[in-house]
Amino acid sequence: MAATDAQTSLRHAFGNVLAFFILILIGVLAFSIRLFSVIKYESVIHEFDPYFNYRVTQFLTKNGIYDFWNWFDDRTWYPLGRVIGGTVYPGLTLTAGTLWWVLNSLNIPLSVETVCVFTAPIFSAFASWATYLLTKEVKGAGAGLTAAVLLAMVPSYISRSVAGSYDNEAVAIFALIFTFYLYIKTLNTGSLFYATLNSIAYFYMVCSWGGYTFIINLIPMHVLLCIVTGRYSSRLYIAYAPLVVLGTLLAALVPVVGFNAVMTSEHFASFLVFILIHVVALVYYIKGILSPKMFKVAVTLVVSGGLAVGFAMIAVLVAMVAASPTMGWSGRSLSLLDPTYASKYIPIIASVSEHQPPTWPSYFMDINVLAFLVPAGIIACFSPLSDASSFVILYIVTSVYFSGVMVRLMLVLAPAACILSGIALSQAFDVFTRSIKLQLPSLSVDSHVNAGDASSESVVPDDTVKTDKTEDTHKERTSKKSKKKEKEPVEKPPSKSQIKKRLLVLPLETSIIAIVLLVLLGAFYVVHSVWAAAEAYSAPSIVLTSHSHDGLHVFDDFREAYAWLSHNTEVDDKVASWWDYGYQTTAMANRTVIVDNNTWNNTHIATVGTAMSSPEKAAWEIFNSLDVKYVLVVFGGLVGYPSDDINKFLWMVRIGGGVFPHIKEPDYLRDGQYRIDNMATPTMLNCLMYKLSYYRFVETDGKAYDRVRRTEIGKKYFKLTHFEEVFTTHHWMVRIYKLKPPKNRIRGKTKKTKSKASSKTVSKKQGIKKNPF
Amino acid sequence: MAKLIIFLFLTLIPILCNSFTPDKPSDRRILVLLDDFAIKSSHSLYFKSLQSRGFDLDFKLADDPKIALQRYGQYLYDALVLFSPTIERFGGSIDAAAILAFVDSGHDLIVAAGSNASDLIREIATECGVDFDEDYGAVVVDHAGYAVSATEGDHTLIASDDFIKSDVILGSKKIEAPVLFQGIAHSLNPSNSLVLKVLSASPTAFSANPKSKLTSPPSLLGSSISLVSVIQARNNARILISGSLSMFSNRFFNSGVQKAGSPTKHDKSGNEQFLTEVSKWVFHERGHLKAVNVQHHKVGETNEPSIYRINDDLEYSVEIYEWSGTTWEPYVADDVQVQFYMMSPYVLKTLSNDNKGRYFTSFKVPDVYGVFQFKVEYDRLGYTSLSLAKQIPVRPFKHNEYERFIPAAYPYYGAAFSMMAGFFVFSAVHLYNK
Repeated sequence: MAATDAQTSLRHAFGNVLAFFILILIGVLAFSIRLFSVIKYESVIHEFDPYFNYRVTQFLTKNGIYDFWNWFDDRTWYPLGRVIGGTVYPGLTLTAGTLWWVLNSLNIPLSVETVCVFTAPIFSAFASWATYLLTKEVKGAGAGLTAAVLLAMVPSYISRSVAGSYDNEAVAIFALIFTFYLYIKTLNTGSLFYATLNSIAYFYMVCSWGGYTFIINLIPMHVLLCIVTGRYSSRLYIAYAPLVVLGTLLAALVPVVGFNAVMTSEHFASFLVFILIHVVALVYYIKGILSPKMFKVAVTLVVSGGLAVGFAMIAVLVAMVAASPTMGWSGRSLSLLDPTYASKYIPIIASVSEHQPPTWPSYFMDINVLAFLVPAGIIACFSPLSDASSFVILYIVTSVYFSGVMVRLMLVLAPAACILSGIALSQAFDVFTRSIKLQLPSLSVDSHVNAGDASSESVVPDDTVKTDKTEDTHKERTSKKSKKKEKEPVEKPPSKSQIKKRLLVLPLETSIIAIVLLVLLGAFYVVHSVWAAAEAYSAPSIVLTSHSHDGLHVFDDFREAYAWLSHNTEVDDKVASWWDYGYQTTAMANRTVIVDNNTWNNTHIATVGTAMSSPEKAAWEIFNSLDVKYVLVVFGGLVGYPSDDINKFLWMVRIGGGVFPHIKEPDYLRDGQYRIDNMATPTMLNCLMYKLSYYRFVETDGKAYDRVRRTEIGKKYFKLTHFEEVFTTHHWMVRIYKLKPPKNRIRGKTKKTKSKASSKTVSKKQGIKKNPF
Repeated sequence: MAKLIIFLFLTLIPILCNSFTPDKPSDRRILVLLDDFAIKSSHSLYFKSLQSRGFDLDFKLADDPKIALQRYGQYLYDALVLFSPTIERFGGSIDAAAILAFVDSGHDLIVAAGSNASDLIREIATECGVDFDEDYGAVVVDHAGYAVSATEGDHTLIASDDFIKSDVILGSKKIEAPVLFQGIAHSLNPSNSLVLKVLSASPTAFSANPKSKLTSPPSLLGSSISLVSVIQARNNARILISGSLSMFSNRFFNSGVQKAGSPTKHDKSGNEQFLTEVSKWVFHERGHLKAVNVQHHKVGETNEPSIYRINDDLEYSVEIYEWSGTTWEPYVADDVQVQFYMMSPYVLKTLSNDNKGRYFTSFKVPDVYGVFQFKVEYDRLGYTSLSLAKQIPVRPFKHNEYERFIPAAYPYYGAAFSMMAGFFVFSAVHLYNK
């Protein structure tokens, strides 16, 4: 017996070392699979929001944390400005800033941009390690490693964390998983130490992403589930109560959250459950000290009294919540609960493509085979159902719902899917390898195998035992006992598992074929993930490429336009564009913008939307009142770039019309159809967006054929009276116009004689051109 | 060779530029285009009054093929006088477009038309916002307000005393005598804010062809007829348009005038005074303001901050001067206002002045953050429009600028600390009191 003990501990040591190296490799994998964007393109910040984060990080590294905290930015949302320090989730910025600071103080001179570019890959390595820890707490090390591998290359997460994708989600997913891990850890151990760590991890999550509300709702839901299913224990209390108290206090420290941590409906669930868990704790305590008869009397008393108080409180709460028009929920949260809410009331949320519900193919694109493995994982979690596995089940169920509402919350689903698929895969491998193991060498060392694999075996065989156990022990189990119990679910006494073993031995051939199929499945997943990382999700979207018969085309028009702005305009000039390009304009061109991607002021955005939907003169007046000097539009009609301003235009109309009712959507539609060809409505053909997009477009090919809309445009020849074109990029993707100054003279009304007409237009042009210089 | 040219150019720049600079806005070199040189002598009094004020007049025939307004991109003149109402086509490189470009680059213009005004002159006037009567034979006729003369005539020589009420344009000395006018009428678009009637016709005047019978009511009549108008373009270029060239002539300057129905007979018409004063205005000897030295700072400080905080007290000052023709004199007025503006004025204060041209005020920054502007929009009749805008951001309180302890919260402090103490005592009792 001593020999086998030594052997098992050796095996454990070996397994731990192996696991350690596997984890390192997983980290390397997670990091390197995200470098495609740097290799294929260049080391740049991607997309829109990352540019803002990058700019904030630059400010932080230059001016220090206090100035960052107090930063009032006068270059966005002109003339309102934006209090950056109080409206930004600082986690990502502080993380990257700290990284940069540490590296610099170690005399590793990296630019801020480099650090920002590589923050996301680094944190995805951390996230896979956190996944390992979390899954290990749920189902053991094998499942943990599998889940970590899966997470390291799940396409959904890659899409948000390739090198250069410097966005909140990059660090927030790590924080999310790590918070869940610490919660489960606390739940399993009942240690106050982990509970405190959990609060701190939660604080980091609050710092990083608005998605922290998912945690502060999911954990109470789980606690509630545990209470309802009779799984209340002191470990649960320790896992939950400190998190609510410390977590809320810490969350209130983040300026952007502040009093929201106690005032908005998103956080109410945690407080309600907090009260509930105390009531339940009290009930269990009283039950312990009273005789059953007395307890019954006490229960009736307390229940009647408690009900009265409870109803009174709920009534007050309902009255308070109902007093606010949105019931105290923010628009984004409401659109989560009611998926049709945003499209009905808040076009500005609905207009963002990542806030749309996903299509079915996007599930297969983003989580691929995991979609098939998740149900198996759920079943595995039910056998046996522990506190931890019930949490994972709850996590997957809620995140599947949320991902069905908003495509970008697929990101929250991905870790859950990885964890459950990891569990499913490792359980399946367990069953199959054990079947093979039991049948192949059974001739030689039967007993040894039994003893040996029992330790490394999974929990599947002893499911009945365990469920029995947990059910009858949950009441008066002390934290210490349970600690041991939960900590070593794998090290069940061999005697028990031996009895159960006979249940799950599959035929040899079936097992081998199944393993081959599983490996194939895994291989397919890897191939798909690498393809997704290399092809689908690595484009930085400020540099575009297209393959055609005559080779690779690179469209670097955005940076061309921003560079033009920064070199050819005054420092204080204001540039108006649709809000998508606000962050990039401030970060790359360093010019003041009217609206940007932080869509905090609907009216201001509606003003710009109205200007874009108005005829030239009205638009000029709106822009002039905002001191705008330049107007930037993105136009894809020449090269077929589909996400241009004409395709976004209906949203401008809707958002503008939401505030200024003289803009009516039907005016821009012909029989309910959005078109820009010769069937388009006059309002459409005369609005500023149409004119700025298609001005001189006919000069390109003589027909003015729009390759995005696949049609010839409706009005080809027109002149601009209040705007003048100052710059159009190489592929016409960005066009910049300048507001003409008011005319120096006002003409009289006498009709011009025909002979003079030509000379007169010339004179006017000259007069106006002369002025700026 | 190229270097030499550049060198010459660089040395010439200061010479070329000193003519019309913001420092000395008065015009110096004036091109006078004439139909024929007889006008030079017949209107010599007017030209002399200009020359005596230091202007350098360059007389050219309007169809002289060598005339040019600019050479190598530099304007050769600061102002242009068109005393050539009949010209159909200018000589040289000048055409209507060139003249309008000349105006749009900030130069001044005097146009005198007449009963025979050409299309070209009419077109220039129209571009400036003045519409001459489209009936080519029509002149201003006034059977009640005509100038009494030896021969009864057809009442086309009229005496008008309906001046614009502006000391800036017409000088502080009142013009006693009516002004003699013989020429065509023009009208102004009432919505045009840049153009001003300096001399209007009387209510009994109308515009018609005196040689033909009046068949339909005249299109222009009454005081809507403008005889002399001035325009101040948005870039402060000034234009004078008169429907009569003869009112500038020596004959009109010197003749006596008696308005029909008026008992007083003036020995000398008001033409000389009127036109001289108006030309002073047109050539920026009067009514030209400049605002310099905009300063703002917090009360008690002198340096201009890059950003204000909400509820800061600040002081704003600006110096405004008027060009007197030779020097910059302090401009004194009590109606200059400053706005603290972000989409709409949050603060509107009238500036007080120290009679030395310095205008100042102090106010509290509103309790709103954002990017504000100090705006001075000063548009007064006859003066160049002053439009100053200076951008300044206003930030909210820093996180450590709030009061740390507020009296109203003392119950809460008390609650928190008593809670802490109570918890401590409770723990001690619970742990060590078995």
